[in-house]
Amino acid sequence: MQVNEYKPLIVAFCCNWCSYAGADLAGNNRLNYPADVKIIRVPCSCRVNPMFVLRAFQRGADGVILCGCHPGDCHYTSGNYYTRRRMTLLFSMLDYLGIERERTRLEWVSAAEGAKFAATMNDFAEKIKALGENKRLEDLRCKK
Amino acid sequence: MQKITRNALIEKAASLLENGSVCAVLGWRKGEFDYDVTPSVFTTTEDLNAEFVWNDFCGANFSKYLIQKTRKAEGKLLVFLKPCDTYSFNQLLTEHRFDREKVYVVGIPCEGMADINKVREAVGDGISEIECGEKIAVSTIYSDEKILIDPKDVLAERCINCKSKKHVAFDELLGEDGDVIENARFDEVAKLEAMTPDERFAFWQNELSRCIRCNACRDVCPACTCEKCVFDNPKSGVENKAPANEFEEKMFHIIRAFHVAGRCTDCGECSRVCPQHIPLHLLNRKFIKDINEFYGDYQAGAEVGSRAPLVNYTEGDLEPSEAFERRGE
Repeated sequence: MQVNEYKPLIVAFCCNWCSYAGADLAGNNRLNYPADVKIIRVPCSCRVNPMFVLRAFQRGADGVILCGCHPGDCHYTSGNYYTRRRMTLLFSMLDYLGIERERTRLEWVSAAEGAKFAATMNDFAEKIKALGENKRLEDLRCKK
Repeated sequence: MQKITRNALIEKAASLLENGSVCAVLGWRKGEFDYDVTPSVFTTTEDLNAEFVWNDFCGANFSKYLIQKTRKAEGKLLVFLKPCDTYSFNQLLTEHRFDREKVYVVGIPCEGMADINKVREAVGDGISEIECGEKIAVSTIYSDEKILIDPKDVLAERCINCKSKKHVAFDELLGEDGDVIENARFDEVAKLEAMTPDERFAFWQNELSRCIRCNACRDVCPACTCEKCVFDNPKSGVENKAPANEFEEKMFHIIRAFHVAGRCTDCGECSRVCPQHIPLHLLNRKFIKDINEFYGDYQAGAEVGSRAPLVNYTEGDLEPSEAFERRGE
């Protein structure tokens, strides 16, 4: 039994209409993805305030990934376009502050892409595992 | 040295006050020292003559004050705006933060403001008196002689990289209007971008660890005008200063800058008021630079009614991963 193996904590914000259903499909198809990924369902990827991402890091997440409908497929017509602009700027800013850019990611996963969902999560978890613990963005005030 | 004199401003304000076209004047009031000039409301000519100040330390941007002051004012409010202040003024108008009808804007030319910290560096401690003229004459408590400084040597960072001497909003202009200026304001951001992530982290760690979370940058920012702020929530766990760890106050500063991304006019007030001298404008400018690079040049406040980049989109926008590639990394 391995006791001290490092287990990353990954937060995945999934939009209710595409990516969450995509995760469901991955499950239905018995596709494996790491249990380190904690999925948070949001009505639209656009619901994800940049503050959510930072708060997740602050509270000890090692990586944050956002999944939404493909551009053009948003249930609310344009939500994911706004997400894209916001996250482009936010990720660029995190990079500017010296935070590893692999810790954040934005992916488009449709409800039919269970395989893509599993593959994305496997790949992301692998990257985060290689990076190790998130020290630069964790906040002692938020640790219980 | 400023081209327009204090007397010209007082004359203008007094005449408008006396004929009743404005009921109050937003101007700079004498503070404890000659360099801590305070934004204030004047309602009488006597008050103006006694306490109104116009010199190289009148950096304060009045645009944000209009939101509260116009709400209470019964008549029109006269406000003096420097060219860079007019951008914030336009931005707030775009966001319908105050009634344009209740403001009378007098545009005044600005030759750049002095940074008191640079003056302190030049003359040392114990400044007792400062007179602004052709040269800035500084008296200290340690010597009878006045030390003369060229205003150009102590220009504030934001004024060295002044983006415009053109007023984009005014009812009346005193003096002459200038032009939009080519500037090098993104040079320092580019320098940081060229560093390695570890160097950048060390740089920001060093800068932001000085933050005492006084919230002055938030309070002074003319784009930051929510009446309820996320950082005032006592249950957030992050409303006070962080204990020393790696995170420091990064979240506060990222979110503060992010909330004004696309609306920040780059007036530089945040860096001016920071008691710890953190170069906060570098965060805002990073967003402005990114927006310009990714979504086309945009100057917030250049015109009323323009749509900020973050409440707009095109179908072919960059993906976050492409954004990094584009920079050739």
